[in-house]
Amino acid sequence: MARITLSKLAHSYFPNPRGEADYALKEMDHVWEDGGAYALLGSSGCGKTTLLNIISGLVRPSQGRVLFGDRDVTDAATAERNIAQVFQFPVVYDTMTVRDNLAFPLRNRGMDAAYVASRVDQIARMIGMEAELGRKARGLTADAKQKISLGRGMVREDVNAILFDEPLTVIDPHMKWELRTQLKSLHREFGHTMIYVTHDQTEALTFADKVVVMYDGRVVQMGTPQDLFDTPEHTFVGYFIGSPGMNLLEATVEGNRATVAGISLPLGASYGAQKGRVQIGIRPEFVSLTAGEGLPVTVRRIEDVGRHRIVRADFNGTEINAIAEEGTPLSPEMTRLAFAPDRIGVYADDWRVAPQGGQMGRAA
Amino acid sequence: MDKTVNQKAWFLILPVLVLVAFSAVVPLMTVVNYSVQDTFGDNEFFWAGLEWFEEMLGSDRLWNALGRQVLFSAIILAIEVPLGIFIALNMPKKGVWASVCLVLMSLPLLIPFNVVGTIWQIFGRVDIGLLGHTLAALGLDYNYTNDAFDAWATIIVMDVWHWTSLIALLCYAGLQSIPQAYYQAAKIDQASRWKTFRYIELPKMQGVLLIAVLLRFMDSFMIYTEPFVVTGGGPGNATTFLSIDLVKMAIGQFDLGPAAAFSIMYFLVILLVSWVFYTVMTNLDKEEAR
Repeated sequence: MARITLSKLAHSYFPNPRGEADYALKEMDHVWEDGGAYALLGSSGCGKTTLLNIISGLVRPSQGRVLFGDRDVTDAATAERNIAQVFQFPVVYDTMTVRDNLAFPLRNRGMDAAYVASRVDQIARMIGMEAELGRKARGLTADAKQKISLGRGMVREDVNAILFDEPLTVIDPHMKWELRTQLKSLHREFGHTMIYVTHDQTEALTFADKVVVMYDGRVVQMGTPQDLFDTPEHTFVGYFIGSPGMNLLEATVEGNRATVAGISLPLGASYGAQKGRVQIGIRPEFVSLTAGEGLPVTVRRIEDVGRHRIVRADFNGTEINAIAEEGTPLSPEMTRLAFAPDRIGVYADDWRVAPQGGQMGRAA
Repeated sequence: MDKTVNQKAWFLILPVLVLVAFSAVVPLMTVVNYSVQDTFGDNEFFWAGLEWFEEMLGSDRLWNALGRQVLFSAIILAIEVPLGIFIALNMPKKGVWASVCLVLMSLPLLIPFNVVGTIWQIFGRVDIGLLGHTLAALGLDYNYTNDAFDAWATIIVMDVWHWTSLIALLCYAGLQSIPQAYYQAAKIDQASRWKTFRYIELPKMQGVLLIAVLLRFMDSFMIYTEPFVVTGGGPGNATTFLSIDLVKMAIGQFDLGPAAAFSIMYFLVILLVSWVFYTVMTNLDKEEAR
């Protein structure tokens, strides 16, 4: 087990990258603590898998170093790094039985037969495949095969880290929940560093202690689910986390007031001068539909999702969403949206601007 | 549910029936006809019953040819299959060299059979052939026209040269279909090169490999042109395989009855082997789907 340090790391799939656009991963410096459960979250093509493959050693980074603990492993082969990886699509050895599949990584490392047997039984119990241990892996369902892949990833106790590359894509929804819970309890039990790549925010937020959000080859924020919700550092985080995502409005900000299309709104803190494109962002949870003060909008529709209702409104062509808790009365004369001032964030060129004096808690 | 009886469907399969009748059934029946009768020409036939079959089954000639045939097929399969797999494993996976390899590998497959025979017939000649002359110059006693072992060696090398590409190309296609994740997983599981081959590559190639073996078996079991051009079945009867023997009997000696009986048994052997292969293959598919 080890802390993973990425130092000045960058990667391009071109042999001679010209300019930033050629890089699949932009230069980054990050430390992944030993024993942490991390989720790597981002939309397709943002570099999640590239980063994962660099950590596992399947891809050699074009720049920078990868350290496990104090050891530089940038040039070390995958086998030397002693990591486990579970892939998006099930990888099983078809001609072997389930038992041999699970035992394979241990046997290849010359482990003692009695140990292998007990470890395989333990893992089989965990993934719920004790009954199928003697069966050939060929012909099992995709679910079962992926469970074997997961099991094979977890069978070694001494790994530095276990990497998961969207491992639950092919698994049935009810099984997803179960496996994720098992992964969590396994993490608590053995304390392996786990890195879990996904584009599903629920999966990321429920699995990880820390969520790493990636966008366009960059890590835009690394934080607890609470951090990502309260203080998104980048508009992408605001938009990507949450359902629906954060509302973003073009604005000008001066001191503790923002002006959106000529309408002045109070902010929870003061801001200095900003450069570039300025936006204010607020989560739908802190927007309320009212008959009183606020932005005049046209309500397009109201979706009742059970526990609450989502108000989809239109303001000068920009969609603004609000969440109305169950029991909140909604009526046709409510045509204005009020924002909770201390929940408004200010973004310049997509990055969060820290308020002056730090009234808003954590600064960027 | 009541089924509507509609006999018109028969008309729809009529064209196929006619086609198959002319291409397969009628010629086959002609052979059956010859195999149970005797003729001395003038289109006069006498009923012979199973006489020719008995005669053929009791003759050393057929059994010797069959023995040589089985030995030949076994040897070329034993060489071509592992060699083909080995070549496929070592071919470049992508890029210009992959295309170059594919073109080079396909070349032998594009050459007409009797041209292949002629090439090797000349290539192996001691007087003017590059191979034969070189071997002779090296002091080796090589002459495929009067030494049975040399004749066999020449024909086997020729067949390996001609057909290993087919197995290599089929295996190569099988290998190309393996997702990269399998190799990555093998690396992470610290599988050796041999285990990667044994547990990932070989199982994924199984399907194409079965087809390759079936094709090579049937083709080699029916081989005629190349050995006929190179050795003409000699020296003596050393390289007289089933087809060559059959042609000698039917056209050389004009023993139509025995030759027809021979043909039918030959056909049944190939049918039997193909059926066994087909059963094995479909069983594997079933196992896969289970």
